[in-house]
Amino acid sequence: MQLRKMRLDEAKAYVADKLGVSVLDLSDSTVMRTVREEFDIGVVTAVPGLAKGLEAKARIADLLDIRINSVERLRGKMGLTTKGV
Amino acid sequence: MILTRTGDGSSVQMTPDELRHDLVEGSEAAATKAKIPALIESDLDYLHDMFACPSRVWGVERGHEAVMTKDGGTNTLVSSRLSCGIAAPVGREAAVRLFERAFGFDSMEVGHVDYSVKPSKFIVSLEQEHMELLQHTTILPLFYGFMPNLGLYYRPDGQFANPSDLLPRGKIDEARRAQEEALEACCEDVVWQSEKFTETGADAINFDTVASTGDAEFLATLRACERVSSTTDMPVQVSMASEMVLGFHGQLEYDGTRLAGLWPHQQMKLVEKAGASIFGPVVNNNSRKSCAWNVARAVTFVKACTAEATIPIHANVGGGVGGVPMCEVSPLDIVSRAGAAMIEVGKADGL
Repeated sequence: MQLRKMRLDEAKAYVADKLGVSVLDLSDSTVMRTVREEFDIGVVTAVPGLAKGLEAKARIADLLDIRINSVERLRGKMGLTTKGV
Repeated sequence: MILTRTGDGSSVQMTPDELRHDLVEGSEAAATKAKIPALIESDLDYLHDMFACPSRVWGVERGHEAVMTKDGGTNTLVSSRLSCGIAAPVGREAAVRLFERAFGFDSMEVGHVDYSVKPSKFIVSLEQEHMELLQHTTILPLFYGFMPNLGLYYRPDGQFANPSDLLPRGKIDEARRAQEEALEACCEDVVWQSEKFTETGADAINFDTVASTGDAEFLATLRACERVSSTTDMPVQVSMASEMVLGFHGQLEYDGTRLAGLWPHQQMKLVEKAGASIFGPVVNNNSRKSCAWNVARAVTFVKACTAEATIPIHANVGGGVGGVPMCEVSPLDIVSRAGAAMIEVGKADGL
């Protein structure tokens, strides 16, 4: 979110709201491990079957409703609709 | 007695009064130079408690964690002396993934080992290939980073006359013309390289160690940032080289503001106007002063930035900058304190 020029507090509040967690939870690795698996947006450890790489990034873009350049390139390559600038 | 360090990394013992004196003096040194507010009592109390604590490692309060961006690509792992590299026997692709998973970085960079735009232009297709491949296997925001490094455009490395040769001979006008011509070429290269990575799917661009050769390089970068941010959706991070823009030309302006002599809070305003998404201020170290002095001084500069910033501020905290001693192996006790101070007192959005 900071890449979209959000200061830290605003960015944390935005992401926490989208994930349905508290701002404090965002930096709690115990909480976030479960949250990330539930939303299937990638986890730190190597777990077969969970979204990885661009799969996870595409899910993050949709979940947070943001435009991510690498995801847009994937959409373009697949002939899918891209997000507006 | 308090065990701490000096700006060259050497251990030193200080009394509480000596520590407090250095904190106050360091902050006032920044305030006087840049005409910004000095740290308030509660900030100084926090820094005092931090440096007086015997714990080896210091951290931010839970919930106050900030975001990290990276410079130098994977040089810390794959190079030798660059970024205190360890020459690990891994390629860049493995290295980026180690930074994401093993080191827990929030974002990462692909960058050429020779980290300037001029050498990396020649191998841009390889750089693009690595960026594309890594985007498939990583989740964190993946930047492409490079230094504008205007110095490489001057002879003997480049085609333009070298102002360092002209100025000692009193050829001031010629030195200025050389810089004006070179910055145009540098700007074009920076824009070209940025566009290559926009199309390749990089999530952002990092213009690093900006203004390393002074105001001409700063102008080249600001113009490039303006063009990239206004013609693409590519977020641009601008990270500086030193705390003050050196007036090697002396008369260059951006948006009506003379660039020579600008301090971090002034640099920030221009970087914002140029459309950057993140600004990385630098504060240089004085290796003859204590780390407490240096951290207090650095945090004072950064706090002046964050007080007025409309974009995230990622303070540079590394070898010789941001309060960290100038030595090859950065001491953890000071790195952790400098980083925490930047966030808790400087209110940085990241490092």
